[in-house]
Amino acid sequence: MTDSSALPVSARAVVVGAGIVGSSLAYHLARLGWRDLVLVDKGPLPNPGGSTGHASNFIFPVDHSKEMTQLTADSVRQYKEWDVFTESGGIEVARNEERMQELQRRMSSAKAWGIEGCEIISPARVKELVPYIEESVIVGGFYTKGVGIVDSLRFGTIAREKAQELGALQVFANTEVLGIEVEGGRVTGIRTTKGDIATDTIVVCCGVWAPKIARMAGASIPLTPAVHQMIDVGPVPHFKDTQGVIEFPIVRDMDTNMYERQDGSGLEIGSYAHRAILHDPEDIPSNEEAALSPTELPFTQEDFEKQMEDALELIPDVLNDESVGIKYAINGLLSLTPDGLPLLGETPEVKGLWSAAAVWVKEGPGVGKAMAEWMTHGESEIDLQSSDIARFYECQKSRTHIRARAAEGFNKTYGIVHPSEQWESNRGVRLSPFYEREQALGAVFYEAAAWERPHWYQSNEKLLEEFGERINRREAEWESRWWSPIINAEHLAMRERAAMFDLTAFCIFDVLGPGALECVQTVSTRQMDVGHGKVVYTPVLSPSGTFKSDLTVMRLGDEHFRVVTGGAHGMADLKWYADHAPEGTTVVDLTSAYTTLGLWGPRSRDILASLTRDDVSHAGFPFGTCRPIELDSLRVLASRISYVGELGWELYVPIEQGAKLWDLVWEAGQAHGVVPAGIGVYGTTGRLEKCYRAFGFELDADFTVVEAGMAPPKVKGADFVGKEAHLRHRESDPVAILCTLTVDDHTSKSGQKRYMLGREPILARDGSRLVDAHGRGSYVTSAGAGPSIGKHILMAYLPPENANVGEELLVEYLGEQYPVTVQCNDATAVFDPENTRVRA
Amino acid sequence: MRILVCVKRVPITGGRMVLTADEQAIETKHLGFTISPHEECGVEEAVRIVEAGGGEVVVLTLGPEEAAEQIRDCMAIGADRGIHLVSSEEWDPQATAAAIADAIRAEDPFDLIVFGNESADAGGYQVGIRVAYALGLPVVTGLKGLTVDAGRARCEQEVPGGRDVYDVALPAVVSVKEGLNLPRYPSVPAKLRAKSKPLDARLVERPVSKLEKLRLVVPEGSHKQAEILGEGPAAAPRVVEVMQQLGVA
Repeated sequence: MTDSSALPVSARAVVVGAGIVGSSLAYHLARLGWRDLVLVDKGPLPNPGGSTGHASNFIFPVDHSKEMTQLTADSVRQYKEWDVFTESGGIEVARNEERMQELQRRMSSAKAWGIEGCEIISPARVKELVPYIEESVIVGGFYTKGVGIVDSLRFGTIAREKAQELGALQVFANTEVLGIEVEGGRVTGIRTTKGDIATDTIVVCCGVWAPKIARMAGASIPLTPAVHQMIDVGPVPHFKDTQGVIEFPIVRDMDTNMYERQDGSGLEIGSYAHRAILHDPEDIPSNEEAALSPTELPFTQEDFEKQMEDALELIPDVLNDESVGIKYAINGLLSLTPDGLPLLGETPEVKGLWSAAAVWVKEGPGVGKAMAEWMTHGESEIDLQSSDIARFYECQKSRTHIRARAAEGFNKTYGIVHPSEQWESNRGVRLSPFYEREQALGAVFYEAAAWERPHWYQSNEKLLEEFGERINRREAEWESRWWSPIINAEHLAMRERAAMFDLTAFCIFDVLGPGALECVQTVSTRQMDVGHGKVVYTPVLSPSGTFKSDLTVMRLGDEHFRVVTGGAHGMADLKWYADHAPEGTTVVDLTSAYTTLGLWGPRSRDILASLTRDDVSHAGFPFGTCRPIELDSLRVLASRISYVGELGWELYVPIEQGAKLWDLVWEAGQAHGVVPAGIGVYGTTGRLEKCYRAFGFELDADFTVVEAGMAPPKVKGADFVGKEAHLRHRESDPVAILCTLTVDDHTSKSGQKRYMLGREPILARDGSRLVDAHGRGSYVTSAGAGPSIGKHILMAYLPPENANVGEELLVEYLGEQYPVTVQCNDATAVFDPENTRVRA
Repeated sequence: MRILVCVKRVPITGGRMVLTADEQAIETKHLGFTISPHEECGVEEAVRIVEAGGGEVVVLTLGPEEAAEQIRDCMAIGADRGIHLVSSEEWDPQATAAAIADAIRAEDPFDLIVFGNESADAGGYQVGIRVAYALGLPVVTGLKGLTVDAGRARCEQEVPGGRDVYDVALPAVVSVKEGLNLPRYPSVPAKLRAKSKPLDARLVERPVSKLEKLRLVVPEGSHKQAEILGEGPAAAPRVVEVMQQLGVA
């Protein structure tokens, strides 16, 4: 129902776009008590002509990403609640053994995230369920009972009507946004073809057009419209007796990047296999100009020819029938982002301008709900940190970058993507001052926050010989991919001597001004009112006391704090601090001003001492402190902390002096056997042996500080975000406890040694899932080698009854189960539990 | 039977027509291409005749290189081979007819030559008639019914209150209208087969045009507006009301 009245002069919030996301969001805002909401769309209703209108509308609930699985599960719940979901079942079929392994991995994800009704099935069983399939071209399938189709347009209509019934929403179709008013970095109003509305909150939910609308406010929503080809064939004799729209399971032909889905008497065949066909938001035709709808572009036959052959091979019974014709074929537009994840949250550029874009029908209602919660309570029940639009650095918002990554990611829609797989396109954008030195040392670069960062160094291959039997080799291709035994050798060299780490990708920002202390106190859990030169590691909490981040803060002056955090999440952290900065306090991004060189290992003090006249003894430079020291001609801010459990320092210098710093430490280090070491050690082996938690792995919005075993003995007096919740969490026993486990036997049924990579389900010895009192299943949050302890290390939250040292459990990996034992049920490390090395 | 069907590549227009800045052409940036519904019926009719009695269906077009797509589309619904007179320029009906007549003369004789009644874009209504004249063949236009038997064609034209029927000896030229039949959708195997059917493409030179195009104008629409009467059973009373107003209930 469209409102025929005039546009109101003001609104509490204006939602732009009446597709699945905008409609759902408007409803959930209304449900949470928002009133005076306005929803505008430039198209007509109920189908305004965006991606929702031509979506294939099916949902496969299992994804490797926990966040996407949770959003999808919540969406299914909502679709069912409003009776617009039809369960059909679905099968992802494999044409080769590599895919079968991937399907086993899917099965593990299903178990890890608690999606039921999934099984690996034989070609014969696939044929039984889908009688028109040619079972000889497949080797098996992954069946999910809960797959189904939805009526997304109907859902949108119901959502809008419900919000209207609450008296909360006015809907205006055929109303195009002409401009967004911004004053002092804050939204003040929106201009449309039907008039202007004063508002301080605008949510951009218009999919492929989102970048264009955001630009009106000077913000960026980094997505590109891209083509997904789809044809509809029929009438299919097999479907003659079908009642309703779907009876047969939806088939995803994973290896050809295609799907086949019954649609009444027809069969819809869609493809992610063709070349990436990218458009610009400005080039999408208007509703009036479009032959079908603006996002249903003319079909480009030549891009689909290979796909027709592939489909013919899989379902000849349907497609070889000359009476089954191609009735409809489109190049449908959808939204792709540089990293394949949605763009949710308030834009970092403009206060009050929110984005809910690059969302698919399968997660639309879930996103609507989560966004409404975020806008209302400052956080959502489902953790949206990987989708936070604040995650991007400026260079990642460029058209070239967006298009390069979207093009590369498109054909991976159904791809077998290794958890460590690296992007190939648009690399070499952010180079550290050590880059040339690292290249010369044969660094293998991985990308972190657009930086090129060494993961290991080929020049360290000689260490393999030195450490011989202590280096664990991996036999299976899957876990050897994106990995090298050299990582373990670098690790051992660090533990025995010293290693240099390029930590340039750190995100660094200063909080300055009279409210600086108040700002860092408010955001940080730990006490920030410390002496100058103190370095404090602190969790950062959401209002409900779960993890928003974890990072270190150096106090450099009365009104001067320096925050150092991981690159991947740095920009979102910066926004969080800036959002909590009192008037007159500034947050300044210094990421590109400073470089960081990490130096750790028992010989690091000797190396540093040989370069400086400053006192770097334990007494003279205690752990948890920072101060400027002179290294030869450089003045370096040294900070004595460690993420790898060794004596050592982070050394900060202005970025142009980085190469000089590297050379000094490198040369001084030679006498002490220093090695360059990559992030394989820093991020995995080194930290796992110390049971150090990592944000996005152990630490996310699903778990509390208490559950993570990181509650300080005493809570500081000053107020901080999440304090109330944290105090509550401390009062009762945790329902899950973060534990460290080691694998007892790696031998698979075929006799090969296998090594888990993370995100696998942890099971009881009888093979049953472990689920805590909040319904959260146990899964491996991080996995990696522990070269010094000679064991493969896993971390996982376990229900308290299983969180006992010595408890014997199982981990499921690629369809097989391996025995594991709990080593620690608190923050105690499996290596150097007394922490003597960092305090040496 | 040897049947030739002549078709023209035209933009698919569903939405508002937009002209290029120089007003010389339709802006096709967002548009797909097709042949007219009349021509689709012509191809379908030819394919049915040959399916029933044997022979060959040849599709001819004069148009840019991209027009090969339309020939392949016709092949996907059953045409056997194609003749593509390639020219990226715009041809007037006289020149078009002359080029087609030349191409036909170079072939073994056709029993039946089929045109759409008029093209979907220019709507000149001329090319079929001009080709018939040039070849000295009888021509019947605007067909809604066609039966071929024993060297003759029974041609039905729709007229107010009934049909005019013409009986002509073959070879002949006919132009057909949408509604003659219900064209089939191409099947996937037919689409794939179409890729390898013979297509003879040759460049043709446009003669000096005797017509000069000044500019295109988009006529004002008829301002038709759709009104949604309601959703589901709740809409029934309004539907009845409207039907009563229209005198159909």
